[in-house]
Amino acid sequence: MVFTNLRRHRVRTAIGAAGIALGVATMLSVVGLLGGAVKMFERILQSDAEMVVFEKNVSDLFFSNVPVELAGELKQQPFVKDARPVLFTIITAPGRPVVTCFGITPDDPRLTRGEWLQGGAADFNEANNGVVLGERAADFLAAKAGGTIELGQGSYPVAGVLRMENGFENGGVFMPLGTCQRAFQREGVCSVVSVALADGCGSAEVKDWMARHHGRLTALENEEFSRSYSQFKILKTTAWTVGGCAFLLGGLSVTNTMILSVFTRIKELAIARVCGFSRGQVARMIFGESLLVAAIGTASGWVLSIGGLHALRAVPQLQGYIDPRIGWMEVAGALSLALFTALAGALYPARYAANLKPAEALRYE
Amino acid sequence: MNTAEDMEVRVENVWKSFDGGRIEVLKGVTLHVPKGGVVALCGTSGCGKSTLLNVISGLEEVDRGLVRVSGAEVADETARIWLLRHRIGYVFQFHHLMPDLTLAENCMIPVIAAGGKRAVAVERLHELAKATGVDHRLGRRVRELSGGERQRGALVRALMNDPELLLCDEPTGALDEKNRETVFELMLELVRSRGRTLVLATHDPGLACRCERVVRMRDGKIEGEGI
Repeated sequence: MVFTNLRRHRVRTAIGAAGIALGVATMLSVVGLLGGAVKMFERILQSDAEMVVFEKNVSDLFFSNVPVELAGELKQQPFVKDARPVLFTIITAPGRPVVTCFGITPDDPRLTRGEWLQGGAADFNEANNGVVLGERAADFLAAKAGGTIELGQGSYPVAGVLRMENGFENGGVFMPLGTCQRAFQREGVCSVVSVALADGCGSAEVKDWMARHHGRLTALENEEFSRSYSQFKILKTTAWTVGGCAFLLGGLSVTNTMILSVFTRIKELAIARVCGFSRGQVARMIFGESLLVAAIGTASGWVLSIGGLHALRAVPQLQGYIDPRIGWMEVAGALSLALFTALAGALYPARYAANLKPAEALRYE
Repeated sequence: MNTAEDMEVRVENVWKSFDGGRIEVLKGVTLHVPKGGVVALCGTSGCGKSTLLNVISGLEEVDRGLVRVSGAEVADETARIWLLRHRIGYVFQFHHLMPDLTLAENCMIPVIAAGGKRAVAVERLHELAKATGVDHRLGRRVRELSGGERQRGALVRALMNDPELLLCDEPTGALDEKNRETVFELMLELVRSRGRTLVLATHDPGLACRCERVVRMRDGKIEGEGI
């Protein structure tokens, strides 16, 4: 009966499902977009390492001050395979007031991970202050390898141009760490130290060592950092809240559809009761229809959001900023919300339908 | 002589009113119909025939009195649902079939309600459809059927779960003369050949007199028997 009823009222079913689909698509897109942004931040921080060390009690990693020597100290520990300092800053370029700048060492994996479009890593050193630009940064700053570029209050030779997968890195400037420190008067410090663990070693040893020797700093596993970093938490909460609100608006269309569905077939429902349908069967039928509409809407919304995110990724300005992968957790979240909305939306119509008095309903015009 | 246990329908001193008691429709009605009985409720419009049928099927709750069908009290919801699924078939003046479903789909609704086996139901559907002459129209949507076909379809739907008691409320009231005769004859034949009980509401004395027993109603009361 549930399938038959939905098939009979295709337009109404389609409108209800479309409401849910738009809600799901909006929710998954927002979650996907912001989730993608968070993942990119995470990858910037992690960079082939399992842990990140930063200063305790800072509101943002830009304000974190970690002594550069810490990287050297950590490298000497048996439980650490590698440790690299990174200084995050914002720099101004002509026509571009905000450009992300990464102060990194010449052996940073970013320089080998990216695809060199111009120049190379040979000139990326503190001796000549050569900087490397992400492809998009080179594009909007109109700079080429071998030329010079005005950044902040200095002029720097461009050592090369790299195509990076990560949008933030692709639109950023890489400076030798020492050059970056001097440019921002932050000699001797970095924002974070990425720590790669030695084979078979755990994060507890690093944490323990840090607590004993550098109580002002903290070391977190990447996953732990993502969970606890307030900026990520705010982004994720915003994504779910905005998505949830869009979703609830979509859910109202299901309620509307189901109310309409009941009120336009009062006589049919009465006949079903005359034919022996119990109140429970009638209610289950209405809930079933609502759940099926929600399921169709969720599936359509999922496809729509994947398509939408892929389409957005194709926009040149957004390349590298969008991760169109939507995890099962997000889909499960959207599905749960869809089912909840469907059940809540069908509550009143189902109750109304179940309590119809058949004889009265058959007199209804 | 029939005992109380033999009665398919027992209506004892039933009172029913609407609009908060302002409109009294049934005023102390008592009616006994034995198993296999074919009874016509006759009377002018508004005399309470339809309400009495609704009361017998449990579609209307009574203010006072007792209604039993096949020994079960219809006031009890569980019993009422069981009766509507297995013991009572109902045919209305208007077919009340769902216009955008096929006739076969409409007829399967009572089977779905009762949780009957599909294969058995399909066999029965074809048997009844053949008996009523709509077997070639089963795959058609109701909106494509004629008035007579629709009413015959409604009769098939009412008989799908092989009920003991068939309640018919002016079943031929919306049909032309030719179809009225055909449907009525068909109904009587189906009921008699299967030994089922029929309670029929009609204001047409011509149809009523072809039933074994005619109960005359007037102003919410049973006035007497015979035309």
